[in-house]
Amino acid sequence: MQTEVFAPWDDPDQKPLIRFKSVKKQFGDFTAIQDLSLDIFEKEFFALLGPSGCGKTTMMRMLAGFETPTSGSIELAGQDIGSVPPNKRSVNMMFQSYALFPHLSIWENIAFGLKRSKMPKGEIEARVEEMLRLTRLEKFKARKPHQISGGQRQRVALARSLAKAPKLLLLDEPLAALDKKLRQDTQFELMDIQEKTGTTFVIVTHDQEEAMTVASRVAVMDEGRLMQVSTPATIYEAPNSVYVADFIGEVNILSGHAKPAGDGLYAVTWADGQPPVIAASNTPYSDGQQVHLAIRPEKVAISEAKPDAENAVEGKVLDIAYLGNLSTYHIALAGGQIIKAQTANTQRISRRSFTWEDTVWLSWTPTAGVLLDQ
Amino acid sequence: MRRFILIAVPYIWLLALFLVPFLIVFKIALSDTALARPPYLPQFDWATGLGAFLAELDFENFVFLTSDALYWKAYLSSLQIAVIATLITLLVGYPIAYAMTRAPEAWRPTLMMLIILPFWTSFLIRIYAWMGILSQEGFLNQFLLWTGVISAPLTILNTNVAVYIGIVYTYLPFMILPIYAALDRLDGSLIEAAEDLGCSRLSAFWLVTIPLSKNGIVAGSFLVFIPTLGEFVIPSLLGGSGTLMIGKVLWEEFFSNRDWPVAAAVAVVLLVILIVPIVLFQRNQQKQAEAEA
Repeated sequence: MQTEVFAPWDDPDQKPLIRFKSVKKQFGDFTAIQDLSLDIFEKEFFALLGPSGCGKTTMMRMLAGFETPTSGSIELAGQDIGSVPPNKRSVNMMFQSYALFPHLSIWENIAFGLKRSKMPKGEIEARVEEMLRLTRLEKFKARKPHQISGGQRQRVALARSLAKAPKLLLLDEPLAALDKKLRQDTQFELMDIQEKTGTTFVIVTHDQEEAMTVASRVAVMDEGRLMQVSTPATIYEAPNSVYVADFIGEVNILSGHAKPAGDGLYAVTWADGQPPVIAASNTPYSDGQQVHLAIRPEKVAISEAKPDAENAVEGKVLDIAYLGNLSTYHIALAGGQIIKAQTANTQRISRRSFTWEDTVWLSWTPTAGVLLDQ
Repeated sequence: MRRFILIAVPYIWLLALFLVPFLIVFKIALSDTALARPPYLPQFDWATGLGAFLAELDFENFVFLTSDALYWKAYLSSLQIAVIATLITLLVGYPIAYAMTRAPEAWRPTLMMLIILPFWTSFLIRIYAWMGILSQEGFLNQFLLWTGVISAPLTILNTNVAVYIGIVYTYLPFMILPIYAALDRLDGSLIEAAEDLGCSRLSAFWLVTIPLSKNGIVAGSFLVFIPTLGEFVIPSLLGGSGTLMIGKVLWEEFFSNRDWPVAAAVAVVLLVILIVPIVLFQRNQQKQAEAEA
């Protein structure tokens, strides 16, 4: 049975919930956002991913209403919200610091936004109880924020921002303050809550793993520009630039010159003394064009004997990073280049086949990597 | 042993500089006035012994304080002036402290300096300067006459208005500094969160900024209220005959009347009145320390 895939961005008839139209934002001489256009659809879990200072927080603050674009417009459900103040927008934000009111109890924190609307008292109480149940905080409702743990505070912040049932929820590095294990659990909880409430989430994060886990689409940003906007799988397997390939996960970049070898295949001469590598590409490249082959470590096979493969190079094991479930090998080739190869540790460590200084062969198929021109 | 010494130091300090002087004052309050030096009796005499000395002490002077309406009126009037002056100082000081936290980072040390700067000049000289400003022919009246706002000089000096001006001016830094400290610690994202949840700027101020600077407001108010209650210099220099404050009464008992026992009794009662706000202040400080821990 085929279930319908959630992909409103592929449907040209879909109206976006949020539309950035050539938005530019300057702080004095500094341009934080450069001429950026972006559509975000209803019920999406959208991640803005990038290093600090890339403009992702500015984007979020413009959505919340704390900053106004220098030029261009931002539409929410078809309406320009450029001049609407934060308290008049159906957008709520979960702050990185959580920004819980220290003088109010958990219950009052969650009720804070509801009390500002003209909701009757009974409904406020029912809604707060509902939010407490959703975030499993019933037991703590009478406590003050400083009397609960970091993970609970995170959930209070989420409950408070969701209480008004906003059209759009913004999450500014929501999990940054949690330790790794709790963060992973909370990621799934966030997805669960997003699905249950059907709210559109926009999350800002610098943690690529977090973005990949939770998001339906990821926007990779750098220096105020969108580098690529796509699903996590596309971003990982088909990055459109060396920057994106390098930012998401680990990657080997082999730079060289392409020579068409027919059938969508290209031979890339990338290092003296190494045979050219064969790579498949849908994008055509001209003879001698500068290209970069991005290949993920887990797609590089490692073996003792020379394998029967299109691409095979010989090298020595320089380093082994043992991660438990995976091992990453750093293999030094004769010319000094280092290629990373990753294998899953399906066997116990005592029977590991390679160790330092071993001579090994690396191989990969023509479709294992992506050819990029920038 | 070392711990004992460490704890003993502040206690000895308190004992020597607070409790002993207080007991001396209290003893004088229980004595009778006399034409002698010092001007009260009894004096402790080894010959007659402790029993005879204690037998001569009584609460006569405290009873006397209740018999003359002047005293309770002075206490009440002091309380009233202190409360009103504290409120005015709060109303003036809070916006200044708020503006300081909003000022660019680079300006703040300068602004802070400007707040503290008056302390570099003698308090007495600054109050005398106010006499020059507020008098009939003072700078303020001359300025107002020159601008044409008034046609005849205002009588400000030697009225309660001048006393309020003097108190607010003198104690303003004590109000500003704790409020500034509280506002400076306030996380700006809390205000943004309040706005995000539907507050206007004004209601965010009422619902978040004010409650979170409450400790600063309480600390500042006590720092102004406590010394104002027993204030003597400001009412006697800027106030008029109509300004009734207990500090002034005390001074007159002591120096004009040379009735040390009654003056001491006035001082003891003032201290008892002050203990209430001091205890409240301490409790506020403690609660604040606990909340931050």
